[in-house]
Amino acid sequence: MSMNNPKQRLLLPGNPSGGSSSCIKSRFTRGFLRALIKMKKQNYNQPTSSSSSSSSRREVFRRRYRRVKIAADKSMAVAVGSTRLWSRAMLSRIRHQYQQQRWRYHRSNFNHQPIKVKRLVIEKKKKEKLRIKQKEEGSDDHHRRGLRDAGELRKLVPGGEGMDICSLLDETAHYIKCLVTQVQVMKSIDQFYSIN
Amino acid sequence: MSSRRSRSRQQSGTSRITDDQITDLVSKLQQLLPELRNRRSDKVSAAKVLQETCNYIRNLNREADDLSERLSELLATTDTAQAALIRSLLMQ
Repeated sequence: MSMNNPKQRLLLPGNPSGGSSSCIKSRFTRGFLRALIKMKKQNYNQPTSSSSSSSSRREVFRRRYRRVKIAADKSMAVAVGSTRLWSRAMLSRIRHQYQQQRWRYHRSNFNHQPIKVKRLVIEKKKKEKLRIKQKEEGSDDHHRRGLRDAGELRKLVPGGEGMDICSLLDETAHYIKCLVTQVQVMKSIDQFYSIN
Repeated sequence: MSSRRSRSRQQSGTSRITDDQITDLVSKLQQLLPELRNRRSDKVSAAKVLQETCNYIRNLNREADDLSERLSELLATTDTAQAALIRSLLMQ
């Protein structure tokens, strides 16, 4: 399953006829590259040498990876803007994660114990909401036929747990398009790196 | 037109969602899935489309994860990374 479309390379200007999706693409690319540059500037390769134990090194790698991942998601959501439910949900989730991460980082600086990820209170609330929602929609015909699986989809689309079925499907379509764009752009940045 | 559509959508949100709306959205979704794109929409059940959608999103997420890992390694190792990034930003 290759999504490598040679015509849609990073370094070519997006075709103007592409409309909003190419607009989102270039906004995402710009935002993501800026975030990467910022990361590189803030002495990215900090504590590897000082803390030499393998577990803490793994921790550093993990943190780096997470930063890139969060930057990619955040730039995507920002590029889309607040008109979409999923992008708003993604941004608030990132904000929440960021706060939690800072807290964890702070704590791990004081005692070097393995960190267990606690289940978020918000997630619990969402699940509660979902249960109520499913109870309400349980009588709906669509859920009897075919669309019973939507619960799985709700977990995959940001903010999907609070949506009615129509907006879930609509948001999913948009989310997929954006994910494809994200992967394309990241691939071409990776290629660009490898060449230079 | 658009206001009418949004109104009808709002109504459907509170009261009933029509079959047409659902099938329309499901077939739109189907068009985005490489596995099912080339099949006729009446040949594929909605459940199948949703299942494939979930798989596709998971695949894309995994791919984005792998790429994030690669990029984070590149960012850490390459000295010229910043210059390369700035160059690609300027050329974009």
